[in-house]
Amino acid sequence: MTGLERKRLLLIIRHSPYGSSLARASLDVALAAAAFDQAISLLFAGDGVLQLLPGQDSGPLGVKNLGRLLASLPLYDIDQVYVDAETARRYQLDLAAAPLPARALEREALGELIAAHEHLLGF
Amino acid sequence: MFRPTMIYALLVMSSPASGQSAMTAARFARAVLARGHTISRVFFLDAGTANGSAMAVLPRDEIERLVPWVELAERDGVELVLCISSALKYGMLDETEAKRYDKPAGTTHPAFTISGLGQLVDAAASADRLVTFGG
Repeated sequence: MTGLERKRLLLIIRHSPYGSSLARASLDVALAAAAFDQAISLLFAGDGVLQLLPGQDSGPLGVKNLGRLLASLPLYDIDQVYVDAETARRYQLDLAAAPLPARALEREALGELIAAHEHLLGF
Repeated sequence: MFRPTMIYALLVMSSPASGQSAMTAARFARAVLARGHTISRVFFLDAGTANGSAMAVLPRDEIERLVPWVELAERDGVELVLCISSALKYGMLDETEAKRYDKPAGTTHPAFTISGLGQLVDAAASADRLVTFGG
C-alpha cells in the first residue's frame, strides 16, 4: 500500500510457542506490518523467549511449527529482533542455535528499545 | 485550557467471556471520545473476535457486553473490525462468510465488519496512540 505513514512498531511477544494462539497471531501481525512496509521490531520477553527454542518439533501436537515460521521472518525483512537477556538466561536458552537470530538486551537497554518506538503492541 | 486532540487505535485480544479486559477496552473507547479525541478503528484479534458475537447469552445478573460496542459503532461511528483469520477460527462469521463456507447462519452483529490484518496496520500507521487490551 502506498501513502501509508511509516511508524516504528515494537511487538512485545510474551506467549510461549504452543501454549496460546496469540503466539502465532503476534507473528501474523508482524508479517502483515512488514507487508505494508512498516518499520517493525520484535522483542521476546517472559515466556515468549521460549519461541526461540532450537529444534522445535510440533508434529506430535498436530499444530504448525512456529520455529519454522520464525526462521522465515528475515525473508520478509523482519530482522530487528531482540530478546530479554535476563529471561533467556533463566531458561538457559541457547541463543546461538535459535531459529531466528535475536540480540540479547539487558534491562537498561530494554528501556531504550521501548523508548525508540512509536507504537508498542503487547502480546 | 487548550487540550490537543489525538487519534487513537485500539487492539482488543481478549474474549468478553474471560476477564475484564474487553469491557475495559469499550470503556476506554468511550472515555477517549468523551475527551474529544478520535478513534480511527478498533481491531479485534484472536479471542477478541468473540466480542462481535450476536449470539452470546449472558446470565441476567451480568452486565451487557455487546451493547457498549454497538453504541460506539452506531452512535459514534467507530469502526469495529474483526480479524478474518481469527474470526473464522472462532466461528465469528457474517452472512457473507457464512454463505462462502456453507455454514447455516452468520454469528456476528452487523455493527462489526470482518477484514484482514492490513486494517490493524493501517490504523496503527495513522494513529497517534495505539492501545492494546488483553493478550
